[in-house]
Amino acid sequence: MKLTKLLTSAAVALGLAVPAFADEKTKVGFVYVGPVGDGGWTYEHNEGRLAVEEYFGDEVETVYVESVPEGPDAERVMTQMALEGADLIFTTSFGYMDPTINVAAKFPNVKFEHATGYKRADNVSTYSARFYEGRAVQGTIAGRMTKSNIVGYIGSYPIPEVIRGINSAYLHARKVNPDVQFKIIWAFTWFDPAKEADAAKVLIEQGADVILQHTDSTAPQAAAEAAGGVITFGQASDMAEFGPLPRVSSIIDNWAPYYIERTQAVIDGTWTSVDTWDGMDTGMVKIGEISDAVPADVKAEAEAMIAAIASGEYEPFTGPINKQDGSVWLADGETADDGTLAGMNFYVEGLEGTIPQ
Amino acid sequence: MDFSAINPVLLIASLMVAATPIMLAAIGELVVEKAGVLNLGVEGMMIVGAVAGFVTAFETGSPILGFIMAAIGGALLSLVFAFLTQFVLANQVASGLALTLFGLGLSALIGQDYVGVKPPPTPKVNFGALADIPVIGPILFGHDLVVYLGLGIVAGTWAFLKYSRAGLILKAVGENHDAAHALGYKVVRVRILAIMFGGACAGLGGAFISLIRVPQWTEGMTAGAGWIALALVVFASWKPWRVLIGAYLYGGITVLQLNAQAAGARIPVEYLSMSPYLITILVLVFMSADRSRAPAALGKIFHASN
Amino acid sequence: MLRLERRPQPSKMWSYLTPLIAVAATMIVGGLLFAALGKPPVEAIKTIFWDPLFGPFASYSRPQLLIKAGPLILIAIGLALGFKAGIWNIGAEGQYIVGAICGAAVALAFYPMDGFFIFPLMILFGGLGGFLWAMIPALLKTRFGTNEILVSLMLVYVAEQLLAAMALGPLKNPEGYGFPGSRNLQQYEAAYNAEIIAGTGMHWGVVAALISVIMAYILLGRHVLGFHIRVTGEAPRAAGFAGVHTGRLVVICLGLSGALAGLAGMFEISGPSGVVSIDFNVGYGFTAIIVAFLGRLHPLGILLAGLLLALTYIGGEMAQMTLNLPSAAIQVFQGMLLFFLLAVDFLTNYRVRIGQKEAV
Repeated sequence: MKLTKLLTSAAVALGLAVPAFADEKTKVGFVYVGPVGDGGWTYEHNEGRLAVEEYFGDEVETVYVESVPEGPDAERVMTQMALEGADLIFTTSFGYMDPTINVAAKFPNVKFEHATGYKRADNVSTYSARFYEGRAVQGTIAGRMTKSNIVGYIGSYPIPEVIRGINSAYLHARKVNPDVQFKIIWAFTWFDPAKEADAAKVLIEQGADVILQHTDSTAPQAAAEAAGGVITFGQASDMAEFGPLPRVSSIIDNWAPYYIERTQAVIDGTWTSVDTWDGMDTGMVKIGEISDAVPADVKAEAEAMIAAIASGEYEPFTGPINKQDGSVWLADGETADDGTLAGMNFYVEGLEGTIPQ
Repeated sequence: MDFSAINPVLLIASLMVAATPIMLAAIGELVVEKAGVLNLGVEGMMIVGAVAGFVTAFETGSPILGFIMAAIGGALLSLVFAFLTQFVLANQVASGLALTLFGLGLSALIGQDYVGVKPPPTPKVNFGALADIPVIGPILFGHDLVVYLGLGIVAGTWAFLKYSRAGLILKAVGENHDAAHALGYKVVRVRILAIMFGGACAGLGGAFISLIRVPQWTEGMTAGAGWIALALVVFASWKPWRVLIGAYLYGGITVLQLNAQAAGARIPVEYLSMSPYLITILVLVFMSADRSRAPAALGKIFHASN
Repeated sequence: MLRLERRPQPSKMWSYLTPLIAVAATMIVGGLLFAALGKPPVEAIKTIFWDPLFGPFASYSRPQLLIKAGPLILIAIGLALGFKAGIWNIGAEGQYIVGAICGAAVALAFYPMDGFFIFPLMILFGGLGGFLWAMIPALLKTRFGTNEILVSLMLVYVAEQLLAAMALGPLKNPEGYGFPGSRNLQQYEAAYNAEIIAGTGMHWGVVAALISVIMAYILLGRHVLGFHIRVTGEAPRAAGFAGVHTGRLVVICLGLSGALAGLAGMFEISGPSGVVSIDFNVGYGFTAIIVAFLGRLHPLGILLAGLLLALTYIGGEMAQMTLNLPSAAIQVFQGMLLFFLLAVDFLTNYRVRIGQKEAV
């Protein structure tokens, strides 16, 4: 890496006099929104970082800062990383979008990768995972296995990512079970295990025997286990410790292959700005082991769906699909475009309630 | 909207569980404040209790030992606060806030290697056939030991403050430490014991979250419960039974708003989520007709030569 | 037996020496902690305290100190006035949020119009928003005798929900593809609270913080309101004789601290932060309480305390980056620094005597 040149340009950009020093290693920085011990979102990104360290060994040095608030603090941390000679920086929260763009403009030779955002630049890529593909599998299992025909869903905030998951799960549950009904609770918090436990309990008390969660703690799993006769799915990480019941499967964020690939690109000098939205095909979204609590035919059906999605044969949002108000969203056979999916802010037909906004 | 989906019996049983951690922490803090000390470090002591209990239960396989260690852990941390405020006479508000900051960091350090593991299950108290009685069964006889322990501590605290000589001394210290000192009571000793009791209760409350309610260890998992507990003490105007009522009220509204959402209430969710706090304020306004006041020496520094 | 004896007058010498002793003690114990975690202690301490000020990239991090300390100081000054009078505003975080929302709402209402009046109007509404939010506990206290600690604290949670609702609803960026969060005010020139001189970190919020320090100094030292505040805090019963109207003082102190917190929020959202987002607030309102007490409720002390805390934040990030220290270790370190600062403070007011007068 031409680190001296890189530092000089950074110094010029900031009007600084920087002592140049030589460094052979490629330095990769990670900015985390939570602690690495959150057991969910940040934990999985950090697993990706560790995979990079393991894969490249001495060739690469990684640095990270955890629990960085979005806004000016994030901007400062990124700037410091760039100043200290990072060649590639992963910023792993939606709220880091504008700070990433700002800092990237000051350091044209440092590469940035922003997770889940939509703003790009010559040295800023974006990447995200199609978790809704996993939700389709969950919805299928949920629709088949529910006896009460009530599926409970715990959402964090009503953002497109979460709404997409609800729609995907609902469509596929209804496909195999026309009587299924979704009850949705918005926790209005990213992280409050006790509140998640309460939400799961409430859903179970109101008759739900499947709990889907878009929050990261295992609290709903424990609530389901205590109640008995309720199934759940691991979220963000595998949560295998709650298998085979209540946890029957999971969606896992698997960032390692992407992080390794992008780091390799920087080392090779082949890095370009891209917009990556990968799913099961590249392994960015993984479905955790489907436990034996799931009947064999349902398991086979789910596995067939995983294979179909991974091979590109099947797209979870394929028409005919109507919006909640009955208007046509996708005609028969039509598939959703990424733009609509990325900003999804409506429920599909059949879901009850309104999205808070 | 379908209110029939809400089962009032289960609602009451749930709110009792939801209220237990804040009730435990609040009753401890109540005793501390009755002794004239304001410890804003409840959140810090809760989270240290949560991690101490979790680690112990996981390593030994015994949740009972976990709860004991949680109480000890909370009490040990509170000793730092006791040293600062009772020996070197530091400001209590700042010391308490610093304690919270310190506790959050310390718990995260201790818990580093315990993310993503599952603690041993805490057995429920077995009441046999009693638990099957309709309505009363699930509400009274379907809980974990610690739920009853919490109720017991509230009752015990009430009796202690009302009837025991030690309780009277504690209140005297909290009302007027100079007079209590003149009467020969050991002001500092009483206060340190009260602070440790507060720490132990907060630790138990934290462990209830990490061992029963969630059960898992994650950084910052108490998520502000300690602050609610502090508010509860004021809400209760320093009366033990009102801590119980306040905790149940708060837990009740929290659970009820989730119930209303799941039942499809046509109230915007963001306003529903505000409701526990707004209703607490409203109740407080109605209750302020009652002129019970804080212990007179609350937050004041005691020095024997004054 | 060791015992403490109150000094007739606070010691000048010790009031200057104690912070240094505390920092030195923190370095030693903190160093031991870092060593126990397997990190080089001297390097870690140097990274935290020295590098942000004089390290190779100090010309970047020094201005950052001002950006980080600015809101802390501005809020803490307001809180200190109330604390001195025994009025406990614990909810500055909520007032900070509401001030930010109001200021940003004004800007977004005028978007994309250009006009010199927009920024001043945002300042006005930012301050007003914080003021009004603080008026809720103030009026409930004067009208019904409701405890202001509880009400102001509860209103923090209400404000957080309000912020989330705003970021997801009315203030959402219409060109943001459905994602939560408002337009970025940094890209709206009439509303952007930019650095006054680029690269110095001096934005209007920092200027406001410095002005508030000076004003508070004058107010407490020379103005009758400052006298009222002090006398109410020190001798509430005497305050009545001195002509203090308690209810009015509650309204003034809570209102003033609310307005300053609201201003801090407004300057932050229109400048360094830029966006109304769910996670806009990062706890400045609570940290400012610590800053106020570390500064011993004295304006100049608050200035220094704010800068010191900002230093540990920025230095702590650097230590995480260069030494892979977990952020939890930094938190513990900050907690220890506060403990030591609080612990040695007594030397200013007390003398340690060795004697056998009865133990306390």
